Amino acid sequence: MTISVFRFAPKTWGSADDLEMVAPIALPSMASPTVILSATVVVFLLLFVSVGPLLWQQSPSQQWLSQISDGPSPAYSVRVISDNGAWRPSALSDMPAGLKVHAANTEYVRLHWPVLEGVTRYRIYRGDAHKPGLGLAIADTSDNYFQDRLQLSRELYRYTIADADTGLLLLAREIRPEAAISAFEAQLQGLIPVTNNTSQWVELPAHPLGTDALGRDMLARLMAGGRTSLFVGVVAPLLYISFGCIFGAIAGLMGGWVDQLAMRFVDFVVALPFLLFMILFRVAFGIGPGENGIMPLILAMLMLSWPGSARLIRGQVLALRSQPFVEASRIAGVGTSRMILRHMLPNVLPMILVAFSFAIPQAIFTEAFLSFIGMGVSPPTTSWGALCNDGIKTLLSHPRQLLLPALFISLSVLAFNILGDALRDATDRRSGVVRA
Amino acid sequence: MVNFIARRLLSGLITIWFIATATFFAMHAVPGDPLTQEKAMSPAVRAQLEARYGLDKPLIEQYQLFMSNMLRGDFGISFTQENRSVNDIIREHFPISATLGIAAVLIALVGGISAGSAAAYCKNRWPDRVVMIAVIAAISVPGFVIAGLAQLVIVALNNAAETTLLPVAGWGSVSQIWVPALVLGLGTMAYLSRIMRASMLEVLSADFNIAAKAKGVNGWRLFFHHQLRNAVLPVVTELGPTIAAITTGGFVVELIFAIPGLGRYFVQAVQQLDYTVIMGTTVFYGAFLVLVVVLVDISYGLIDPRIRLHRGRS
Repeated sequence: MTISVFRFAPKTWGSADDLEMVAPIALPSMASPTVILSATVVVFLLLFVSVGPLLWQQSPSQQWLSQISDGPSPAYSVRVISDNGAWRPSALSDMPAGLKVHAANTEYVRLHWPVLEGVTRYRIYRGDAHKPGLGLAIADTSDNYFQDRLQLSRELYRYTIADADTGLLLLAREIRPEAAISAFEAQLQGLIPVTNNTSQWVELPAHPLGTDALGRDMLARLMAGGRTSLFVGVVAPLLYISFGCIFGAIAGLMGGWVDQLAMRFVDFVVALPFLLFMILFRVAFGIGPGENGIMPLILAMLMLSWPGSARLIRGQVLALRSQPFVEASRIAGVGTSRMILRHMLPNVLPMILVAFSFAIPQAIFTEAFLSFIGMGVSPPTTSWGALCNDGIKTLLSHPRQLLLPALFISLSVLAFNILGDALRDATDRRSGVVRA
Repeated sequence: MVNFIARRLLSGLITIWFIATATFFAMHAVPGDPLTQEKAMSPAVRAQLEARYGLDKPLIEQYQLFMSNMLRGDFGISFTQENRSVNDIIREHFPISATLGIAAVLIALVGGISAGSAAAYCKNRWPDRVVMIAVIAAISVPGFVIAGLAQLVIVALNNAAETTLLPVAGWGSVSQIWVPALVLGLGTMAYLSRIMRASMLEVLSADFNIAAKAKGVNGWRLFFHHQLRNAVLPVVTELGPTIAAITTGGFVVELIFAIPGLGRYFVQAVQQLDYTVIMGTTVFYGAFLVLVVVLVDISYGLIDPRIRLHRGRS
């Protein structure tokens, strides 16, 4: 203490005992706002995946291909169109002055233009009106009308008519097709009754987070994916920590050559390259037709992740065995099972809980990683990692499809990590834990 | 010291044997074999191929054959890529993975140590808070998302500059090394800076640090000789697992940035059940990791003489 007269001594300076007292205050305490926030996030995520799908029900039949990779949209009405395929302008004598639009909706865009002298074939280009350039050459025709039915969406297009032989640009016009659905498609989705086909407008469901690359509702996908991710994230650690604890406890309690042998085995399992063996085991367990691949994933994690907790518990058991209170109770004639349940378990339980809370985010990460490289759950079952895998394919055009599931992974990992930190601090301070 | 190294190497050899055996039997537990293709094969052709690759022998005999070949350093010929030996595949593609890995480890080490030290020096002031928030963000975002975001940023940059400032993917140029390496090393950098901050805080309040200051040591000499050398020990301990995580975690980055590294061959080989490539890459990676751990153990002794003495005696 006498050294504290040095003026440059840092604020936290002190003896080891002082540090013990100072340190926990700097860390998030059990009731700090961060911890409360993370607990709220965890509760929200659990509700999101459990109650969410009940509140936000999506019929798989309402997967409309015209809504592929749509942005967030409220429920909106679309016109029902009876679609009879081919089209030609009714009165060809009625020559339009310029490029005339007979109809513009997401089912078809009908164009009609005056016959121009000296042009035998017309070429029609369609492009994004916000970008320079003609865009895609969609057709060559010798008629002076054209019907575009090529994957239309509600964007602003620029149609350009050019002379196909000379390449001379003749006419151009910007068109934004109105949302429409063919009567057949509407019947298919159950939006209008099959027998009574008189309705003009139908209501399409809202997509608060948009749709994915197959036109499925993103919010519903995230809920379904979260179920898988959180299920694997909780069940896999539960299994492998339980197994590791039993393994470690047996090694620690038996001692001697059993302990030596068990720990050598643990050393070997630790040395296996984790991700390579995750992939190998995951494939080795295989998935049959119609299975979702969650069980092989959990089994592979079980086989590779248990050694950590086995080492932890063995160390604790060894340390506890030489504690005076354990020796005292043994002298008092306490049996083995009672010794484990009443004297040892309460002392190692906090450590197991802390290990468990740190294992959850890791398991979520591992699952996401495997699903991302296509070695996780198999479609149509999805997970946040599998959604990221879908999303990265359309990253440049629709980054939302990667960012949304990534956000959920990050949120859950962060929240579980903070809770784990808080739990560790809380159990450390109670100092019921023996330091090995 | 020699005794210590010899014992570490011996246990490393046993570990490699264990890895090889575990891989061999896990691989053969997968239903089907490399000859199972979409194309139907006549039984006669199949029998001939099986005989050629030795697949008709009992499993235990195949195991013996593989082990004796492996001891001679021969991993055989790939099933799916005709006339390419596994040794060739490793020789050609591992240097790429290794370059990426070494760059990532260097970035993680330098970045982690400096960020952690800076945070410890400015404890509870804004640099500390900025570093800690960045650390939390980098730890909780999966690597493949960071890789995707990095590509988005590169595309946005290129669009803004209207030329190709940085290539989005591929392999060859310097920027094609450091961008993926930064992405690969970011998570580890965050982890290391957290450890570094904690251990630097401890050093800053240690008696020897105060004594050194009292003697008038200051500036870089104080930092490098007295503070860093002591504070870096926990980071060095983490180096082994770190290199393991970076080399095996590399294949997602390799996938996203279209880098022809070894990781991609492994994933492909597992999907096609290419026995020889699976065995070759796993044993190679395993041996590499074991070697790294042994080297880290030895270097730990070099940095801190107390440990060398202690371990040497035990």
